[in-house]
Amino acid sequence: MSTASAALTGKTSSHIGFWESTVGKKAVMAVTGAILFLFVVGHMLGNLQIYLGQEKLDHYAHAVKSIPALLWGVRLVLLLSVILHIIAATQLGLRKRRARPRAYVKWASAGSTYASRTMYWSGPILLAFIIYHILHFTTGQALGPEFREGEVYHNVIVGFSFIPASIVYIIAMLMLGSHLYHGVWSMFQSVGISHPRYTPLLKKLAAIAAAALVIGNISIPVSVMLGILK
Amino acid sequence: MKLKLHVWRQKSAASAGRMVRYEVEANEHMSFLEMLDVLNESLIEKGEEPVAFDHDCREGICGACGFMINGVAHGPMPGTTVCQLHMRHFKDGDELYLEPWRAVAFPVVKDLIVDRGAFDRIIAAGGFVSASTGSAQDANAIPIPKTGADMAMDAAQCIGCGACVAACPNASAALFLSAKVSHLGLLPQGQPERKERALKMVAAANHELFGGCTNIGECEAVCPKHIRLEFIARRNRDFLKASCTFREETAAAGAG
Repeated sequence: MSTASAALTGKTSSHIGFWESTVGKKAVMAVTGAILFLFVVGHMLGNLQIYLGQEKLDHYAHAVKSIPALLWGVRLVLLLSVILHIIAATQLGLRKRRARPRAYVKWASAGSTYASRTMYWSGPILLAFIIYHILHFTTGQALGPEFREGEVYHNVIVGFSFIPASIVYIIAMLMLGSHLYHGVWSMFQSVGISHPRYTPLLKKLAAIAAAALVIGNISIPVSVMLGILK
Repeated sequence: MKLKLHVWRQKSAASAGRMVRYEVEANEHMSFLEMLDVLNESLIEKGEEPVAFDHDCREGICGACGFMINGVAHGPMPGTTVCQLHMRHFKDGDELYLEPWRAVAFPVVKDLIVDRGAFDRIIAAGGFVSASTGSAQDANAIPIPKTGADMAMDAAQCIGCGACVAACPNASAALFLSAKVSHLGLLPQGQPERKERALKMVAAANHELFGGCTNIGECEAVCPKHIRLEFIARRNRDFLKASCTFREETAAAGAG
């Protein structure tokens, strides 16, 4: 078996590089995941300014874009994080499929959460959503002729007045919540941080953060649909 | 009690297997393996091939036994190997699916028996301490902090049964590896080879085509020895540190 598997992997060395190992790939996923999580938190806090009125939100949007070097620097870090996160996830996913070629006739969960078992589903759905979201509110193609560059408040109201778009956002945010419910504590485990005193707190923090992000973000399309924001 | 069993039957590693249905009359005082012994007696009397399954001590301490019962490694009782699982936990008329551990690194040998040689090769890669021969020094000559000794004992409980791999949707050996890396890495005797151990054992698991850990916790739930997920974090820590600080040996070892 060892020679057969060595032939399959093309490796005979007893050492292994950081990126070659599953542990290294998960560490990369943890760090990039942390970056993306922090962005998502900041993004929501920024967007919640919609409740302070059109002027505040549009001013904030303008301020964010006022320093191109900073804007593109952040965008580059985010893009790189997304790419590395996806490459590592894909390679680990392929490895998972190869590791168990024959599925169980019967398999039952003895101790994992639904969110943790569906990371390979929530992840790709979020990717599809992010592409749609950028086309919707950043570049405007998905919003159509109503899109007005820089007038974020207007774009959001118009965008969410179309019910199917709001539903897509609500579903995507539930996926985000599910992804982060596992991801936010799991990233600590991946880089080797676990302690009976802190890990239960980290799991609670992950649940609270996920719930806050879901509620905070969903509140915007819901408010538009209910006519609270107009 | 009457049970309906669906058992994975596979003549050899090369042949295709399938689920076969059996009925067996058991009583609640039997262990699960004794119930299978009864089934096998009846199969032998009928001139059929008995169901092959691994077992040795039947005391829950050797790690030889183990298969999936209704999709859960070692069956429904936590912290229990299949040999220590008793039929009183089942009801008359229960329908049970018995399958071998499934992983490319654990090829089926026959029926419910898999080849866990991959675990032996991982141990050979680094799951040991090098010790001088000769008479052992006094056991209390090396001070060991109590908490470290306790944790090392917890990790050392791993019997290498393979349930963690079987339960893991990724077929990852992370819990097994973490127990072995931790139980030596927590003790003074394990320090000289600590970095090398983490690197070599992770490399060996990679070469055996085990999957990667996604921290979901199925392994911890089925482990008959309650090895904790915390040890996987420890293994990650050891590996990441070792990977970042690794350097080649610069000189040949002296001959003393």
